[in-house]
Amino acid sequence: MSAVAVERPPVEAGGAAPVGPVTQRRVALSEWTKLRSVRSTRWSLFVMLLLIIGFGILACVVFESRWPHLGADERHHFHPLRANLAGVNFAQLAIGVLGVLAITAEYSTGMIRATFSAVPKRLPVLWGKAVVFGAVAFAVSLPAVFIVFFIGQAILSGQHINIGISHPGVVRALFGAALYLTVMGLFGLGLGAILRSTAGGIAALAGIVFVLPPIVGLLPSSVTNSIDPYLPSNAGGAIWTINPDSGTLAPWAGLAVFAAYAAVALAIAAVLLKRRDT
Amino acid sequence: MIEVTNVTKRYGEKVAVSDLTFEVRPGIVTGFLGPNGSGKSTTMRLILGLDAPNAGRTLVNGKPYRDHDSPLHEAGALLEARSVHTGRSARNHLLALAQTHGIGRRRVDELIESVGLREVAGKRAGGFSLGMGQRLGIASALLGDPRTVMFDEPVNGLDPEGIQWVRKLLQRLASEGRTVFVSSHLMSEMALTAEHLIVIGRGKLIADMGVEEFVASASKHSVRVRSPQLERLVELVAGPEVSVSAVAPSVVEVRGLSSEQVGTIAAEHGIVLYELSTQQASLEEAFMELTRDSLEFHVEDRPKAEPNEVLT
Repeated sequence: MSAVAVERPPVEAGGAAPVGPVTQRRVALSEWTKLRSVRSTRWSLFVMLLLIIGFGILACVVFESRWPHLGADERHHFHPLRANLAGVNFAQLAIGVLGVLAITAEYSTGMIRATFSAVPKRLPVLWGKAVVFGAVAFAVSLPAVFIVFFIGQAILSGQHINIGISHPGVVRALFGAALYLTVMGLFGLGLGAILRSTAGGIAALAGIVFVLPPIVGLLPSSVTNSIDPYLPSNAGGAIWTINPDSGTLAPWAGLAVFAAYAAVALAIAAVLLKRRDT
Repeated sequence: MIEVTNVTKRYGEKVAVSDLTFEVRPGIVTGFLGPNGSGKSTTMRLILGLDAPNAGRTLVNGKPYRDHDSPLHEAGALLEARSVHTGRSARNHLLALAQTHGIGRRRVDELIESVGLREVAGKRAGGFSLGMGQRLGIASALLGDPRTVMFDEPVNGLDPEGIQWVRKLLQRLASEGRTVFVSSHLMSEMALTAEHLIVIGRGKLIADMGVEEFVASASKHSVRVRSPQLERLVELVAGPEVSVSAVAPSVVEVRGLSSEQVGTIAAEHGIVLYELSTQQASLEEAFMELTRDSLEFHVEDRPKAEPNEVLT
């Protein structure tokens, strides 16, 4: 190679590149490229996996080793699936934050201007993000809950307190946990798109999931009992439980209510997205 | 082709663009000139549909930008504020934009090569220098082989070699028959690249004319004279329409007469001239002249305006 600086070829504004119309499918492909090409995606998904599998195994190990020392009351309250899926409670924040970031990072970096210049109709961007992000969230969380189920139940079998995959409701609950995490991610996406701020989106999500239920619990019990089942996390929780507490919604009804929250958030986001300046 | 018709844009109380009307024609470089904060970037965002006007409308190649099937093929824009996710590589940034229009990886790689980002294409854009960011923005703008290009302050942060490159690029894009609309607050930059000028101040149109016409209309010509017999000459040219100012020892500038007139007078009286030249105001001076007028007009127009508001 010579040391002489190589003359750059002139910029070809034309060239062989065919340019096609913007379609929903193309925007979704673009959103997939965006999602896979930033570190926060890999980190959040990795943390989510770690939380689901790690906490699930930890809870099972603790119960298995403590079982001979537990009293009758504690044994009565123990449920092999609930302990096994303990990590979902933590993983929901990781996936929700990732959902928020999927849109707010575009606002904080200015990328949104490039995005909306390419897709000025805007809504295909929101739907593309929702479809791609939902598919990724489900594809990552489903294997995670099945893996932790088999490992966790193998650990619990040491004390014969495990349940099998064929136990009524187990498969539904495992799919349900993955669906729950997916909807939580989409809820985060909707909140992020409404608030356009990472901090605001995460605060809103954490507030609704973690702060709202105890606040409602402070109300008179007659009021609490009628509101409680309809809170997003409680409604959604029904789908990944097989021994529900009294006063919770039926599994699929609960998931539908939770999904409705996410759908409303995305619908509000869609209206605002069309109207607002960038 | 860009058509801006009676566009007004307010942000809260602040009027960013006020009843602005102009056209940008294909085949030439049109400069968009105005001081910082005069509404250039806002106008460009309105043309792209990123912001919605309160009144009026903008058309790109005959349609509102958002109504085109392949927007990036109609217009490509380099916006002043950086529009790149800092955590994504340049290549993936361009690829994501390209995919919305079914543009392939080959085109992305070609552009990366031609804007000179090959060595850093895999690096996170957040670590880019201002100049590298501009090059990436220009690559984004050209992805869709656009019929209209809009560059907001494209030479900001570029080194001299990069500035040359942008000038040539703009002129070549225009020579290919594209509409080229490029903003700057630097008049000298416009003098070198633009053929036509749209000048705005405080969101209002000040001038819409050719560069030469702009300079001519805004400037008072003067004649620079250097002579060992200046005192004599000054007496001879004196008149009610003529003013003479000393600019250096044995050099004066005469206003109100052409160089032909001064030279003829000197010859008639046998005065020796060492130098006789027409001085034209620079584009900067022409621009200052015009925008000052617009600001004064503005003060009269809005008597309640705060003094410091007028100065910005």
